[in-house]
Amino acid sequence: MIDWVSDLLFWIVFGSILLFLRGRRIFWTVGALGMLLLFNQFFTPGFFHLQVLDGHLYGSRIDVLNQGAKVMLLSLGMVLVIATGGVDLSVGAVMAIAAAVSSRLLVTEHLPAGFAIAAALVVSILAGAWNGVLVAGFGIQPIVATLVLMVAGRGVAQLITEGQIINFLDPTMVYLGNGHLFALPFTLTLVLLMLGLAFFLVRRTAVGLFIESVGDNAEASRYSGINARQVKFLVYAFSGFCAGLAGLVACSNIKSADANNIGLYLELDAILAVVVGGTSLQGGRFYLVGALVGGLFIQTLTTTLYARNVSSDISPVPKALVIIAVCLLQSESFRTRLARVVRPSERVLQPIGSRPPQKPITMTSHDSTES
Amino acid sequence: MANSLLEIVGLTKSFPGVTALDGVDFALRGGEIHALMGENGAGKSTLIKVLTGVFPRDAGETRLEGKIIAPRSPREAEGLGISTVYQEVNLIPHLSVAENICLGRQPTWLGVIRWPAIANRARAALARLDLSLDVNRQLSAYSIAVQQLIAIARALDISAKLLILDEPTSSLDRNEVEELFKKLRKLRAGGLGIIFITHFIDQVYEISDLITVLRNGCRIGCFATKDLPRIKLVSHMIGKAVHQVEALEQKRASAASIRSEAPMLEARGLARKGSLRPLDLDIRPGEVVGLAGLLGSGRTETAKLLFGVDRADQGTVRMNGREVRFDSPRAAIRYGIALTPEDRKVAGIIPNLTVRENIVLALQTRRGSWRRLSVAEQAKLADRFIQALGIKTPSREQTVRNLSGGNQQKVLLARWLAIEPKLFILDEPTRGIDVGAKSEIERLIQSLRQDGLAVLFISSELEEVVRQSQRVVVLRDRRKVDELREGEISEGAIMQSIANPNLERTGA
Amino acid sequence: MIRLNPKYIPLLATALVLLAVFVTGSLLYPNFGTPRVAVNLLNDSAFVGVAAVGESFVILSGGIDLSVGSMVAFVGILIAKLLQVGWDPFLAMGVALCVGTAAGAVMGGLIHFFELPPFLVTLAGLFCLRGLGFVIYPESIGIDHPFYGQVLPQLSILVAPKAVLPFTAMCFLSSVVVGTFVASFTRFGRNVYAVGSNENSARLMGLPVGRTKITTYALASFFSALGGIVATFYMQSGNPASFVGLELDAIAAVVIGGTLLTGGVGFIPGTLMGVLILGLIQQIIIFNGTLNSWWTRIVIGALLLVFIVLQKLISRGGDRETLVAAK
Repeated sequence: MIDWVSDLLFWIVFGSILLFLRGRRIFWTVGALGMLLLFNQFFTPGFFHLQVLDGHLYGSRIDVLNQGAKVMLLSLGMVLVIATGGVDLSVGAVMAIAAAVSSRLLVTEHLPAGFAIAAALVVSILAGAWNGVLVAGFGIQPIVATLVLMVAGRGVAQLITEGQIINFLDPTMVYLGNGHLFALPFTLTLVLLMLGLAFFLVRRTAVGLFIESVGDNAEASRYSGINARQVKFLVYAFSGFCAGLAGLVACSNIKSADANNIGLYLELDAILAVVVGGTSLQGGRFYLVGALVGGLFIQTLTTTLYARNVSSDISPVPKALVIIAVCLLQSESFRTRLARVVRPSERVLQPIGSRPPQKPITMTSHDSTES
Repeated sequence: MANSLLEIVGLTKSFPGVTALDGVDFALRGGEIHALMGENGAGKSTLIKVLTGVFPRDAGETRLEGKIIAPRSPREAEGLGISTVYQEVNLIPHLSVAENICLGRQPTWLGVIRWPAIANRARAALARLDLSLDVNRQLSAYSIAVQQLIAIARALDISAKLLILDEPTSSLDRNEVEELFKKLRKLRAGGLGIIFITHFIDQVYEISDLITVLRNGCRIGCFATKDLPRIKLVSHMIGKAVHQVEALEQKRASAASIRSEAPMLEARGLARKGSLRPLDLDIRPGEVVGLAGLLGSGRTETAKLLFGVDRADQGTVRMNGREVRFDSPRAAIRYGIALTPEDRKVAGIIPNLTVRENIVLALQTRRGSWRRLSVAEQAKLADRFIQALGIKTPSREQTVRNLSGGNQQKVLLARWLAIEPKLFILDEPTRGIDVGAKSEIERLIQSLRQDGLAVLFISSELEEVVRQSQRVVVLRDRRKVDELREGEISEGAIMQSIANPNLERTGA
Repeated sequence: MIRLNPKYIPLLATALVLLAVFVTGSLLYPNFGTPRVAVNLLNDSAFVGVAAVGESFVILSGGIDLSVGSMVAFVGILIAKLLQVGWDPFLAMGVALCVGTAAGAVMGGLIHFFELPPFLVTLAGLFCLRGLGFVIYPESIGIDHPFYGQVLPQLSILVAPKAVLPFTAMCFLSSVVVGTFVASFTRFGRNVYAVGSNENSARLMGLPVGRTKITTYALASFFSALGGIVATFYMQSGNPASFVGLELDAIAAVVIGGTLLTGGVGFIPGTLMGVLILGLIQQIIIFNGTLNSWWTRIVIGALLLVFIVLQKLISRGGDRETLVAAK
């Protein structure tokens, strides 16, 4: 009975949010999330069940929020990197490094948790800055530059942990990934705090404008006096910071630092979250909240597959299919091909005169035909 | 036209929002060099790309030796005997000369490439052009001119009937052009049909038999070169009768005289290897200095050096008497220099950002990342310029990509006017925009000048330079050849300076 | 008066690194330089090597293939499963090669027709193949087919006293030979170079760009699948969870082997050297005994960095000459 009421309330709120977002880019991301939730409402028993234990909320949807925190954190950094036209493949490795640094300082060196966390974050920022130097300083392509840290990063993490899996019980560290605040998982607060920070960083300053400008047209940005190097350096460092935080949450979740497995393949989830969130891989316009919702979408997908007894080993397959589907929908050439299949009457070859008169709205495509 | 090699009838091609070719006819006989002329945006390149199958056509018919053809790719066109050599040498710089000539049609034995045969074939192909090179060296080891010839050798290596040369001389010097023409004459004598696209009027008169003029996607006419006076050709290309050009010149008489102040910018011996030979240039406040010359004469290169896009390797620049050195546009902007680039789309607009964001960009850059203009300030600024410059846009939140060329240009002007520059460099500000916007921009330039701005005005349209400038610096072959002062400036004088081989760096 | 062609500089650097690593190992450990160690080296790095040959083609064409590790694991479990249910080993291998090649062709098709970024498509391939491996069987399957137990060990050559060149190593070396032949002596191979160097020019030169790209990914996946088969010889089992991150080793070997990550420049024999360098570093760390295995990754990362920066410097120098040509 209570569930009925809460479900109804949930859908009313969700529906109104959707209605409110009509016409915006993020509408489609939220809509896709809604479809997935709707599927669960009808076909996954217990997915919408909520209960209160010790004053904390529990349930699949809460799990999604909690488990999705890592991807959401990563996607906040990733979305800015992708907006500049780059990509950061090293975030998974940076997560492992952050986990290794914090637990080593905490357990092996017996330092206070606050210090361990701060040190891990500083190291993560340095790792991101390293990527930034390669991309912005040396002008190496982002995929290649971040590949270096992707390869070496886990080695560094293992070096720090000396190949051990370090377990810890420190309450502060454990709270990070398992604690509750206002009846909800603390990780949610963390994500919102980071969203606030990212929002402040890019939208309350001019950095966001510069990021979009550089990602959309690097050459014109240079002519306008934008310091692309500085902008790029900043986003990679920020991505490192986000990855560090995600790494702390990840090791706190399992109360141990496993340099081999923390954040494995999570860079892919983060890229996917950004793309689902409406940001193009070509760079340019970016959507912070979209990336977060994209992260939620992916986690919901994963949780749905779990709930339907799909083994965690197989769950990458549907994810891959979603990646391809979303990218195809963004791909210009797929859309034109699709349009041609859907409306075969508008084929390219037509006799003179049958063409509908077109109003010249723009000169741009015309210019492009002349070099 | 029974003996036509190539015959095109009613070729039409449109892109979203624009008709690039509108029922164009064209004919070419073997043993003939046929020039295709037109201003930027006339449709020359589109015609070639449709002909060679890069773009599909919307309508029209093409016949090669009487047979209807419709190639769907450059490969198919090559198979039919139509080969193209593009301005930006489309070869593979990392591979050897021999391989570049034979790529895609290497002699093989049971699928195994016969490398010695490739070298021989490449030597033979080069020999047809009287060239002898080390064919095993990497292509990038040779100069652009030689690469150009290698590209032609490649085109001729298959049994080409028709050779298309798309602005092949843009990056060649005088001797290299001479060399190329010698080869072309030889090929013409051999019966090859050649379509020659260029901006250089002299070269057209030097080599071509026929001239077809295109304007705005339409064929204006086909003329025998020897019967077409130059002034007629120019008037066909720009679409203005000769007397109109003269009438425009008189308006300039009302311009105020130069203010005899100290120069705001003094460049001495400014040069960069491969782009500009040492150049002196003064610009005073309240003065429009025109930079005239043919395409590739060093106009854009000068602008890029002054704005710090390229680094000068010689010479000095002084702003208001103090020596300055720019290694990036950012540095130049700090001194109050602004530039609207020649290629609006590549270096100007940020296509997917809004009009507002495009307008505030330079001002915001100068303020730095942390002192962000508030949304209200941005809106006010954008609205002010949308109104002042008459930018036609549904709202300030419209993405710039969707504006017309003229309005995009105005957005760029607004971006720079927002930082209140002291020196404004305008590189082809009126290219590819409609007449209304053109005259608005011209009026704007004059009003800026009256407000005491220094303006460097670059345009390939001489009449525009004449109308706008108090002083004209004439460039040829990447060097300054003349400087015309108030009273001496006319289209004729500029043309003479460009043409006169005896002029070298007179004036200041 | 011999002017060194700049495209050979990375290859030369690779050869020097290989020599340096080998000399270092020999000086440190007396048994290091023996033929037996050399043969072991070839055996241990055989499946990486075969996959790296395929990866070389993709990188030469200007793309990247991240699906290598998953493909090797997928083929491994596929063959193990098929043998378990009683298939003929050759039939099983044939099927594995076909499935692998087809998967590559599909990825190439997506990349070419819909202009999707290669890293993304092959990433999806990585996910898919990894998952499909678990669909076949979620755990490791040992292989006890007589072909594996009895025939394979006989297919080896005594190259020196106490040094037997196993069949896996022969597969590796012949892959290098075949790869070198395809890259240097077929039109397809030369087209790969052209597409990787400048796709737009290649198209305007009338080369079959689309076909070349699709074939490249199909060929790379063929080699990855072959690597998977070699891995079953080596491991005598198939495991869907194995070889995570193998693609990084393959890419590292290709880059350290002197192939330009931006495409168009490189040699397959360089990849052989790259694989050997990675193998030698591992051997040194094993010989040392006190160093831990994670040092391998760090050293590989460092070498990768050195080569990437080296390439950047070289291409920056080369750019100047070809600036106009490149538009």
